Amino acid sequence: MANKVLIADDEVNIVISLEFLMKREGFDVSVAKDGEEAVEKIRSERPDLVLLDVMMPKKTGFEVCQEVRADAELGGMKILMLTAKGRDTEMAKGMALGADAYMTKPFSTKELVSEVKKLLGIAG
Amino acid sequence: MSSGTRLAIAIVTAAVLFFIFSGTIGVLFWSDLTDAEKQVLVPLISPRAGLIIAMVATGGAVVAMIIKALFESYDVLPARLAETAHLIVTTEPGRRLDEEGPGGVRELARVVNQLAEHRQVLQSDVEAQIRAGRESVEEEKNRLAALMSELTQSVVVCNLDGRILLYNNRARQQFRAMSDAPAVAGGGELIGLGRSIYTVFERGLISHALETLQTGLRKDVAQPVSNFVTTTRSGQLLRAQMAPVLSSRDVDERHLTGFILMLDNITRTFEAESRRDLLLHGATEGNRAALANIRAAVEMLDYDDLDPAMRERFVGVIKDEVQGMGKRLEEAAENFADTLKTRWPMEEMLGSDFVSAARGRIEASVGLPVKLEDVDGSLWLRLDSFSLLQALTYLASRLSDEFEIREVRLRLSEAGKMAHLDLIWSGQAMSTETVMNWELEPMQIGKESSPLTIRDVVERHDGEMWLEREKTRHRAFFRLLLPRAVPQDASETEQYLRGESRPEYYDFDLFKASENEHSLDDRLLSELRFTVFDTETTGLNPSEGDEIIQIGASRIVNGKLLKTESFEQLVDPKRELAKESAQIHGITEDMLVGQPDIDAVLPAFHAFAEDTVLVAHNAAFDMRFLQMKEERTGVKFDQPVLDTLLLSPLIHPNQESHRLEAIAERMGVHIVGRHTALGDAIVTGEVFLKMIPLLAEKGIRTLREAREAAEKTYYARVKY
Repeated sequence: MANKVLIADDEVNIVISLEFLMKREGFDVSVAKDGEEAVEKIRSERPDLVLLDVMMPKKTGFEVCQEVRADAELGGMKILMLTAKGRDTEMAKGMALGADAYMTKPFSTKELVSEVKKLLGIAG
Repeated sequence: MSSGTRLAIAIVTAAVLFFIFSGTIGVLFWSDLTDAEKQVLVPLISPRAGLIIAMVATGGAVVAMIIKALFESYDVLPARLAETAHLIVTTEPGRRLDEEGPGGVRELARVVNQLAEHRQVLQSDVEAQIRAGRESVEEEKNRLAALMSELTQSVVVCNLDGRILLYNNRARQQFRAMSDAPAVAGGGELIGLGRSIYTVFERGLISHALETLQTGLRKDVAQPVSNFVTTTRSGQLLRAQMAPVLSSRDVDERHLTGFILMLDNITRTFEAESRRDLLLHGATEGNRAALANIRAAVEMLDYDDLDPAMRERFVGVIKDEVQGMGKRLEEAAENFADTLKTRWPMEEMLGSDFVSAARGRIEASVGLPVKLEDVDGSLWLRLDSFSLLQALTYLASRLSDEFEIREVRLRLSEAGKMAHLDLIWSGQAMSTETVMNWELEPMQIGKESSPLTIRDVVERHDGEMWLEREKTRHRAFFRLLLPRAVPQDASETEQYLRGESRPEYYDFDLFKASENEHSLDDRLLSELRFTVFDTETTGLNPSEGDEIIQIGASRIVNGKLLKTESFEQLVDPKRELAKESAQIHGITEDMLVGQPDIDAVLPAFHAFAEDTVLVAHNAAFDMRFLQMKEERTGVKFDQPVLDTLLLSPLIHPNQESHRLEAIAERMGVHIVGRHTALGDAIVTGEVFLKMIPLLAEKGIRTLREAREAAEKTYYARVKY
């Protein structure tokens, strides 16, 4: 069965590429346009991995991450945070709140794919 | 026993003893004789009895005289010497003993005189040293105060009670900006000797900073400081640095006796910085996201299996993002240029100084004669004189090279918030294209070249430049529109005028001032803080609608009248002014137009007088005017009041007049500017200061004593 990946980002222009990329890798892809929708879809669809943007309307990526990690039922899900903020302090915050990996925009799509595969334990 | 009585007793005793002695000798002699011998002697003696008695009496007198002489030498003379010596010890150190009398006494007097001489020399030495010491301390204090007043950073020194004991001119200006009523009180209600710093800063903030200092001192930090940023009541942002004032006595243990505050108003810096931060933020994060979108899309385009529709969408993303980035970049550039412009180091310069500098420069490097025409000497410009001089010289050199101009003129005139600087020449004007070329080519004057163009320079000044023709006079000129500098603050110069011989911005004696030791009533008059004030009014009856038109006040702290910390404000009475009243106070209706009304002035005056005892001449009159407004303004003057009119009869009970002029004359106070509120307040203050020691002589030392005594004179007057 294909791994489920949720893309949570409010910018259409990046979602387009991420969606294409993930589908191309054979994942089952769904998209959330803000923080609230992301939490809902995480609960209903139980993805294996979330690509979580930090700057989103309604709830930030940090809030989503914290909420999800507080829920023991969602334990095994991987979180890869994406952010335009390049500061070390924010990366530290993301990791502290329970993200499994953290990538700063602009990133290489190849690296993103290999990071996703690594998190899901798929041999790349 | 007086020396006279002693002398009488001595003489009587000596005479009695002499008579007893003579009598005894007579009796013994007589009893020793045989009867026969007695028979022979009686006829011999009896006719001469008078003679014998006279001889005995003379002997007695001689004895008495000897006793008297001895008494003079050994009792009266030493007593007189002792009295004189006592005078030397107490009041007249320069007095000397008369060296007379018998040898021993004379020797003693001589030695005493030597001792007195010694003592006098020593005393005058000590006095001279004390005087010198005091002078040098005074000089050092003055030097410090002068130094402080020149600092561009504002400095306030406080004792541990938070009372201000030194501040500089800069601090005064800064506090004015913080005042709620800057126009009226001018910050004088916030800063002043002996005023509490807690009216400006929260107590908690200061005590926290003090704790930080104490901790630093305990840990033996070399120079403990604490910093804080706070907002003031009027919303200004202040950065403060606090440093300790240490006791100079204990060298081993550093002991905090007060603190120094250095203040920076960072409101504007902060605004500029946050604007810059915002820009930077937008430039990095906004572009990071866009770049990510583009990069991802571009990388997707690399896949061979992409269908044309999908490819089109990725290309669309790229176009969209590139456009967005371009726009953001444009905005950032525009905003950054603004902040860059504000950071360009501009100086403020008197326009006429710049014009003469330009004249010298053009004549020297172009060799072209320059004449000045209508240069407004009062204009201040805000400019970068170096680049602007270059621009003018460059223009003149091109005029000279390409149009063979023989002479140029410079003109400077006001144009609203800007100024016109004109470079004029006679003859033909060049074409607009030529002007454009000159404007846009990098400036070159002889061998000196600059990367800047005229336009750059003009833009840096936020100005403009154009060519104009004066057809009637066959002249043309380049007109540079330049920013004017804000004229120097008039109030700043005013302070210098008022500052008299020495600044009254410090009072180190306040270090010793201890608070709350006694209730106000039991404190000495000499150590209280006073506000001396006076009002001018439209008439004598507040209940019939007369109003205050001027309030003047000054402060007395630590026995000194602080004329630099004065309050003077005209008040719009909102009613007509009787013409004849102008003859008394010299205030006309014109002067009151646009002045604040009593509702605005009274709270400011109340703040100025806070925490002090009010002093006025015929205070009852002024207080009635103030109290009439209590209900309407909600400002209540409930502090103690002293009245020089009532205090004067305590000092001079037999004088008829206790008018202010009369008292001032008696007390030797020189009167200046009478019948302005501030002038009268200052005279009242000086009179009051002279009264304090005179009242003390009458046993009136504390505020309570002064109030009670004044009450009595008041009642005494009422009975008449």
